[in-house]
Amino acid sequence: MRAMDYRGPYRVRLEDKPVPAIQHPRDAIVRVTRSCICGSDLHLYHGMVPDTRVGMTFGHEFTGIVEEVGSEVTNLKAGDHVLVPFNIACGQCHFCQQGLFGNCHEANPSATASGGIYGYSHTAGGYDGGQAEYVRVPYADFGPTVIPDWMDPDDAVLLTDVVPTGYQAAEMGGIQRGDTVVVFGAGPVGIMAARCCWLFGAGRVILIDHVDYRLEFARTYCPAEVYNFKELDDVVVFMKKTTDGLGADVAIDAVGGDAKGNFLQTLFGNKLKLEAGNAIPLHWAINSVKKGGIVSIVGVYGPTGNMVPIGNVVNKGLTLRANQASVKRLLPKLIDHVRDGHINPKGIITHKVPLEEVADAYHIFSAKLDGCIKPVLVPHAA
Amino acid sequence: MNDTALTAVDTSMIPGWGVDADPKNDPTYPYRDRSQDPGLKADWERPPQQQPEVEILQSIEHNSLPAVFGTSTPPRWVSGMIRRAAFRWSESNWLHWLLLMGADRVNVVEGVVQDLGRARIPNIPAEMGIRSELRHNKAGFGKKIAATVAVSAAIYGLMQLRGRSRRNENEGTGTT
Repeated sequence: MRAMDYRGPYRVRLEDKPVPAIQHPRDAIVRVTRSCICGSDLHLYHGMVPDTRVGMTFGHEFTGIVEEVGSEVTNLKAGDHVLVPFNIACGQCHFCQQGLFGNCHEANPSATASGGIYGYSHTAGGYDGGQAEYVRVPYADFGPTVIPDWMDPDDAVLLTDVVPTGYQAAEMGGIQRGDTVVVFGAGPVGIMAARCCWLFGAGRVILIDHVDYRLEFARTYCPAEVYNFKELDDVVVFMKKTTDGLGADVAIDAVGGDAKGNFLQTLFGNKLKLEAGNAIPLHWAINSVKKGGIVSIVGVYGPTGNMVPIGNVVNKGLTLRANQASVKRLLPKLIDHVRDGHINPKGIITHKVPLEEVADAYHIFSAKLDGCIKPVLVPHAA
Repeated sequence: MNDTALTAVDTSMIPGWGVDADPKNDPTYPYRDRSQDPGLKADWERPPQQQPEVEILQSIEHNSLPAVFGTSTPPRWVSGMIRRAAFRWSESNWLHWLLLMGADRVNVVEGVVQDLGRARIPNIPAEMGIRSELRHNKAGFGKKIAATVAVSAAIYGLMQLRGRSRRNENEGTGTT
């Protein structure tokens, strides 16, 4: 089969690889029909995630047709078109029992802090991902959801990560009716988080980034007030001034370690990799939210440490809430939201690219070329 | 281990035990269902164990090998040796992660060597998506090329100057 192949930072190509086989009675083999490149994949692409091995296939947002199932998978059959949550979850461990499907304890040998994620380095379990023609899906009797007949496959593939992650970012904000929310990052997740803030009754949604075309898109898609931080003298002072000197009720970090916006953080986090990424959005979130406010974090950072003003978290009495999205928990509600027209996931797709052009798709997304917001890879056989 | 840590405390003997317990005081709502928390006992019904057919590196913080795992790109060569060494330390130890990051860099060189060993010269510009750069960012691409040429020319010029001054010095002192 043809599959994306990581060769090192900023280098990927298409390779011929063996079709994956059933390795566990709860496995399925899925023929991929859609596979996104996620902003989180760029952390891998930029060489920021430890234990990212040359030869691995990335891709944790995908849909596909079930080709084969293991002996214990009775709820799926060959031919089912499924969307596959990016979390690999057993559904029965200590954490899955509590709905923490992003924190499953039975899917990642290499780290206990992270659950298993498709195509996301060995730090997330060492699984090959869905930027390929076929993929092995563990715990197929629990994770995958059959795509409803009425649902567009382009909507379905975005329900595997970006929509649940954006939604959970807003949910963890504990937004109350009329609240002012500031979202840092106008990538796909930040845009979706800003959109979902309205579902919780936000009164004002502010989105901050430095990429003008994305801010312009978000202005109408979310809709949100948008600001380019390069045009602001000081993001935090701006946020205070626009909230009568108090700060936002809720701040959401939807960027993570690939951020821009501060020389020292860029040097230590992005260039020298002495931090687990550039933590300036988290820094801004902590300092922009009001005393007693809530900071919700879905931006992905590495497993080491970051320079953040933790003293201000104490002094301001902030509540920090963070997690990988628990996709399986949120899916029933989000499918309803798509059906009812509350969310239009496929509206953020700007590029549909043949799998064969995976190297170009990564570069376009990484370098923010051609107005790219969300690229989707489509295998030839899909 | 300290034996006292294993001794159960009779909470009925503690004055006021639990009087301020408040189920609403739960910052994990709604994403964690604490009613399903069975307590700190790792005794759930485990899925069947996948049998490792390749080398799997396991965090020393795990009690046992998780029931399933990925089998992509097992550790090998020099980077594999470094990765094995990294897993002597826990996830809270920076050395663990720094060694893994170092192994990743070594692995990139190994990847090129592997390609050459298969008589394949990696098309690095194509792997970096140069076609899309040319298609969508001609001006930026031109600037990058111009900058690369300018820096290369400057380095070459400096090297030529140093070489010339060294030759002049040698001629002046008569050394051979």
